[in-house]
Amino acid sequence: MFDRGWTDGLPVVPPTEDRVERMLTGTSRNPADLVAVVPPDLVDCTVEKVAINAVMAGCRPEHLPVVLTALEAVCTDDFNMHGVLATTMSVGPVLVVSGPITGQIGMNHGINVLGHGNRANSTIGRAVQLVVRNVGGGAPGGIDRATLGHMGKQGFCFAEDTAGSPWTSLSEERGSGPGQNTVTAFAGEGPHILMDQKSRSADSLTRMLANALLGSVSSRVVMGIDAMLVLSPEHMARYRDAGWGRSRFADELAGHLMVDADSILVGAGAIEEGLPQDFAGMSLPKFRPGGLLVVHAGGPAGLFSAIIGGWVNGPTGSEPVTKEITP
Amino acid sequence: MTDTSLTGQTGLTVLDPTAEGRAAERELTDRAETLDGLTIGLLDISKPRGNVFLDRLEEHLVRIGAGVERYAKPTFTKPAPVDLRHEIATTCDAVIEALAD
Repeated sequence: MFDRGWTDGLPVVPPTEDRVERMLTGTSRNPADLVAVVPPDLVDCTVEKVAINAVMAGCRPEHLPVVLTALEAVCTDDFNMHGVLATTMSVGPVLVVSGPITGQIGMNHGINVLGHGNRANSTIGRAVQLVVRNVGGGAPGGIDRATLGHMGKQGFCFAEDTAGSPWTSLSEERGSGPGQNTVTAFAGEGPHILMDQKSRSADSLTRMLANALLGSVSSRVVMGIDAMLVLSPEHMARYRDAGWGRSRFADELAGHLMVDADSILVGAGAIEEGLPQDFAGMSLPKFRPGGLLVVHAGGPAGLFSAIIGGWVNGPTGSEPVTKEITP
Repeated sequence: MTDTSLTGQTGLTVLDPTAEGRAAERELTDRAETLDGLTIGLLDISKPRGNVFLDRLEEHLVRIGAGVERYAKPTFTKPAPVDLRHEIATTCDAVIEALAD
């Protein structure tokens, strides 16, 4: 199967008829139903094709509804999977699953949440990427032109810790109802860690987070690229203790994410990358409104959070997409 | 579709995970012997400094007698819209697309 170009380089589970039939028991959808038109080749993809790739990825049947919904999300015009593949930037679909289904199918939102070791987390994102490769034709070196890529492109999927958070969830923030099962797809890089082990006040931690976020993807880019912030439980505790809700946090953080354009103009600091002179004298926000997605997840101990840089945002690039998971 | 070709090697019959389609094959249009008198489309994909490259190309093309039409994709992140592709195909004899950065 590797020789045929059907895999992502790692061994896959052979998709025998029996295994695919068993996989299909995980959804109430008809195997012949259309799920999405998959970029880049814009191919009609059926539930059965998704199930075949889900078997190969190592999914269990109960994972299939999440895979189907995630695929729908990344195949929207808004998400722009074609562009996410074709860009030389090193992004891929980052899938955040929210709602009770995460517990029901055994997803991890705790220790090593952005890493390996959990079957659902590891295989759902992998299945989506295998469909994009096998059905859509989006293979590395072909339409996928990433200069560097990242290991999350094997599949990057994790659960949001809603129960452990005093805040409304990312899913609710994006318009879903409480307790709704959703997938949010974000075009993102690999995560990098922000360490702050000394801040004991919400204000101090917020300033520290802002310092790191200002450098997300490029310190010389403002508003054009989104980011995802994965706030860990021990960092969230600062906000719980201070009584800050999500909106207070967003407002305070935004205040520290204003950039003096003069400091990032072309030539400033003897750096040739930067904004054109037209922006001289302006104060600009690092992120567009709604351009920072904040998720609560991670192990109970450790004063670290993670930043996942995005790609070109908006109608000219990729919009994050949230979809309700249906059986 | 069932794929039995692996059966002999592995004892397994697997289902095909691909689109099971084949890319359409088209004949290349005839290559121009000369650019003199032809209309050449220059398509900027809208990345920074694509215009620098295309401006130089336009100078060269005009110098050797070609006509030039300039086009730009609305965004480099998405394929060129069908209408734009149609306009280029019906207006130009050849097209040069500029990547940049």
